[in-house]
Amino acid sequence: MLVTRIIPCLDVDEGSVFKGIRFKNLIAAGDPVKLAQRYYEEGADELTFLDIGASWKSRKTLIGVVEKVSRVISIPLCAGGGVKSLSDIKELLRAGADKVSICTAALENPLLLREASLAFGSQSIVLSIDAGRVGQGWHAFMKGGRIDSGLEAADWARKGVELGAGEILLTSIDRDGTKEGYDLELLRTISDKVSVPVIASGGAGCLEDIYEAINTGKADAVLLASLLHFGELNIPEIKNYLKSKGVKVR
Amino acid sequence: MIGLIDYGAGNLNSVQRAFETLGFKNKLIANGKQVDDSLDKLVVPGVGAFGYAAGELKRKGLWPAIKKWLKENRPFLGICLGLQLLFEGSEESPAEPGLGFFRGKCHKLASVKVPHTGWNEVEVSQRDYLFEGIKEREYFYFVHSYAVFAKSDNDRVLALTSYGGNFISAIKQGNIYSVQFHPEKSGPAGLKLLSNWSLKC
Repeated sequence: MLVTRIIPCLDVDEGSVFKGIRFKNLIAAGDPVKLAQRYYEEGADELTFLDIGASWKSRKTLIGVVEKVSRVISIPLCAGGGVKSLSDIKELLRAGADKVSICTAALENPLLLREASLAFGSQSIVLSIDAGRVGQGWHAFMKGGRIDSGLEAADWARKGVELGAGEILLTSIDRDGTKEGYDLELLRTISDKVSVPVIASGGAGCLEDIYEAINTGKADAVLLASLLHFGELNIPEIKNYLKSKGVKVR
Repeated sequence: MIGLIDYGAGNLNSVQRAFETLGFKNKLIANGKQVDDSLDKLVVPGVGAFGYAAGELKRKGLWPAIKKWLKENRPFLGICLGLQLLFEGSEESPAEPGLGFFRGKCHKLASVKVPHTGWNEVEVSQRDYLFEGIKEREYFYFVHSYAVFAKSDNDRVLALTSYGGNFISAIKQGNIYSVQFHPEKSGPAGLKLLSNWSLKC
């Protein structure tokens, strides 16, 4: 049986600093490779790197990190943040990423998803949806959650999969960083609508939240950042808990 | 020297990096002429579409070279699409026949979520050097939409995996090995398998 994946997410900015890490000094700032290595040894099922600077410098940093990490770690790597074109995707895949996540550029030009999946295979194209509550439903937002695309998140998810996205990284803008738990209704809605794996992101505050994302939200994987970076939870602890609740983990 | 067949598959770098990590010499093979006696092992990695891959292998003159290699029973490892290409064909690209080394065809996975993406159990049904030092049920990383569904009487099958039915996750005949999962992305167990293959198969 396929297991639920636990995916640490590392934010990359200029100068290879990992946000969140500095506060607790868990790992020397500027050494993302060490952090990635630690998560790998703890049993991470995959790693995601996001360029949060989305500048020329931060992109170079991201590429450098992916390149280094891919040489020492043999689990799937996903990279994203500010990806705009086929050549951006190619560059990240060449650097050693197995998947590339696309958010704003896909909303601006949905055909990019088709072109990218034809060129590199659906398995390497992750549609990242930043979903925010609007009225009774959710819309897909662009530019780091600042601009409402006007599209219903569920419609966009279905369209994205039709165009070739092989996975959906679903972030709840309303819950992100709040630790109030994942938006289970949102997760469930999208999960039920698409035939590809859905990765839950945004809002995890405790072990129960992670379990609920899988149990109620029907997520195929969970993305975790601050909870892991701040050392509040670690991967073995999460996996043991999930196992005790009957969730299949590795 | 391990030859890695380069037909434009996306994850060739990962396979190469895994062999480098393990310290096994390798080189990329981009055309049929390069499949020569300097190689003692051959790997066909792969993600992508069956028809496209078969077409590219033919265009680069690799198809007959691989066929000859298989016929001579020289050490071979197919990964993911590299496994599927060894069969007679695939539902994915009906017009494009496979290498036909193994009998059977690839069919679309019948599960709710396709592609089958993530870590799944590989259940070893026949002991072999390939799985030496690896648990009989170990997790490996998969990404694929097509597979060869298992027939219980197939004595070449080394391991099975369940996802919308049992499919072949490892198979061998003589020195020809193939796996449906990605050992290069399967952590320590995957590296162990690649090391086993390089040293013992």
